[in-house]
Amino acid sequence: MKENKKFVLPGELIVDSIDFLPGKNCYRMGNGIYSKRIGLVYTKGRVVEVVPLSGVYTPEVGDMIIGEVKEVQYSGWVIDINSPYSAFLPLSGIREYIDPAKTDLSRIYSPGDMIYGKVSIVSALKTVQISMQDPRARKLRGGRIVKITSVKVPRLIGKQGSMINLIKEKTGCKIIVGQNGLIWIDGGNIDLAVSAIKEVEEKSHTDGLTNHIERMLGGTNKKIEKAYEQEDLEEDEEDNYIEVGDENGKNEQ
Amino acid sequence: MERMNNRKPDELRPVTMKVGILGRADGSAMVRLGNTVAIAAVYGPRELHPKHLQDNTKAILQCNYAMAPFSTIERARPGPSRRSIEISKVTREALEPALFLEEFPRAVIDVYIIVTQANAGTRTAGINAASLALADAGVSMRGLVTAVAAGKIGDEFVLDLEGEEEEQSSCDLPIAYMPNEKKFTLLQMDGDLPKEDVEKVIKLAVKGCEILYEKQRAALREKWIKEEI
Repeated sequence: MKENKKFVLPGELIVDSIDFLPGKNCYRMGNGIYSKRIGLVYTKGRVVEVVPLSGVYTPEVGDMIIGEVKEVQYSGWVIDINSPYSAFLPLSGIREYIDPAKTDLSRIYSPGDMIYGKVSIVSALKTVQISMQDPRARKLRGGRIVKITSVKVPRLIGKQGSMINLIKEKTGCKIIVGQNGLIWIDGGNIDLAVSAIKEVEEKSHTDGLTNHIERMLGGTNKKIEKAYEQEDLEEDEEDNYIEVGDENGKNEQ
Repeated sequence: MERMNNRKPDELRPVTMKVGILGRADGSAMVRLGNTVAIAAVYGPRELHPKHLQDNTKAILQCNYAMAPFSTIERARPGPSRRSIEISKVTREALEPALFLEEFPRAVIDVYIIVTQANAGTRTAGINAASLALADAGVSMRGLVTAVAAGKIGDEFVLDLEGEEEEQSSCDLPIAYMPNEKKFTLLQMDGDLPKEDVEKVIKLAVKGCEILYEKQRAALREKWIKEEI
């Protein structure tokens, strides 16, 4: 795969040749291929493609995404997936067999629950269906949700997951990244993980970002220790306070 | 003929354009031409409610043009007026041909334009800003839309009239133009113009659009070029 990474604006001519084919975010006018969006040009063989730098998430079949349960219906759940279209999780999309006449569906997923599922169907009218019948799919209990622009998700994951694994390793968090730009974080130093993710989003265009994040996380290790020390001190103070209280109690006795 | 501020007949007012000025919006831009300033914000594509307004074949574009109460010497009464409703409509029609709305069936793209300072040419400034904001939001477009007015004062054809000039002019003709496709998306006219002059005025406006197009591209690059590393 040849990468030329040319920066283009909407309506800008990419190549003026009939030998190439317009791929994602491109259109043909006359002999030329033009960009539809602000982005970077990638050429795969004869196909010219623009990888956008901004825009909303558009669901595609096979994407693993994080969504919030909005509504419980008779035959399934309506899921908000951080996109112009809400998705539907039908009863057939979950692993267990459920008889909707006998079971209250909100006992499985109720409004407000976060789920990690797979996009199984996207129709021409953009009705989206989600399935939980994937080994990775699950309900997300606890933790925290962070939102980033979906176009920056590949950068957050990095080559073969280098970036996300680094953040997981350094912060000790469990992290799940949805293709739609929602990220679930639990355990470990959540605040640090969130700031690292925000940093990746902000500086997604810079070179050597993985090293920068490594330095950022490595550098803050001392801060974490200090924070723990601080906590210890506070705990000590609390202990002292309790002791005083006990003494007072004793005095009363 | 002497023009105000020593401008040549085919010279634009000083132009400033900025992209990405609002943190909350999906896309935003500011366009200043002399003492006319327009700010545009784009939200979406997003889900459209109420549902009966949804179009199963394409996204709908909703434009809202408004003038800030302090934008003119006399306080502009807030809220929709006959004029602002008309400009909202022509702005929508000027932008629609540039968008691939069919990529987002059932959705809506909201464009809000606020004029903070008005000294003629607010609809064209609004269209310029909206087009930048749409590109910034990552909406699929055939190309940018550029707009400017041209007119006639006495016997002279002039580009980009400002407030006082507009009062002296016999004609004011705003256009919106897509420079990469060489297509017009807006053509309005105020006043009288002999038939044989119409083409000359339009040509002058197109020339102005081509200059503005370069400025728009420069403004978008300024925000996004850091990505080119």
